Amino acid sequence: MSAWVVVAALVLGLGSGILSGLFGVGGGILFVPTLVLLGLGQVEAAATSLLAIMPTAAVGAWRQRAYGNVRARAALVVGLASVAGATLGVQIATRIDESLLRRLFGVLLLAVAGQLAFRAVRQGRRYPDAS
Amino acid sequence: MTVRLVLIGLVAGVFSTLFGVGGGIVVVPLLIGLAAFAPHVAAATSLGAIVVTATAGVALYSVHGEVRPAYAALVGVPAVAGALAGTHMQQRLSGRALSLAFAGLLVVVGVWLIAG
Repeated sequence: MSAWVVVAALVLGLGSGILSGLFGVGGGILFVPTLVLLGLGQVEAAATSLLAIMPTAAVGAWRQRAYGNVRARAALVVGLASVAGATLGVQIATRIDESLLRRLFGVLLLAVAGQLAFRAVRQGRRYPDAS
Repeated sequence: MTVRLVLIGLVAGVFSTLFGVGGGIVVVPLLIGLAAFAPHVAAATSLGAIVVTATAGVALYSVHGEVRPAYAALVGVPAVAGALAGTHMQQRLSGRALSLAFAGLLVVVGVWLIAG
């Protein structure tokens, strides 16, 4: 592993954390390609990404709790239900063509982005400024 | 409400294992759209849910010996610092700006998934 790869990993890690704190995502979307770049296999990268997500999301949730934004019960319900969903996901993943799945997910995200942007523009005044 | 939250969790879990992500990319818009959470509350609650999802995932993958702690530390330690900065920056954004920026992130990831 050369020095520039380590530096790139550190920078991408920092970027993943900022995305995580800003948007409430785990950071896996950047962790997985970074770990593949470091030489891990796809499954190893996904598994290792989850371990890196744990402290990142925990610190983000801890800070957000101080700001009074976390609904702890809702987080627990969604989190526990997702464990059941994850088991189902494995079953689906082994039966469907992965590249088709990726494209379908991409289209879904674009549709969700459009809907979110539309809602934000139309109902901008609904959410008071947080600061 | 609980039924909707369970539904959101199930969908997030499916996407999490299908694509190797934490599931937040699905949880945040669903909490806003389906459970009427304000953007900041949706992002914060999503992080709490992800801790549970990721912990279960690590436990499952550990059995198969796929988790590499040294590599996780290499990206995870700077990510913790990033998460502190990110949550701090987020408090200065309005809900509207946060929604629009998140929509921008979804477009980037969506295009990357379709093209990649």
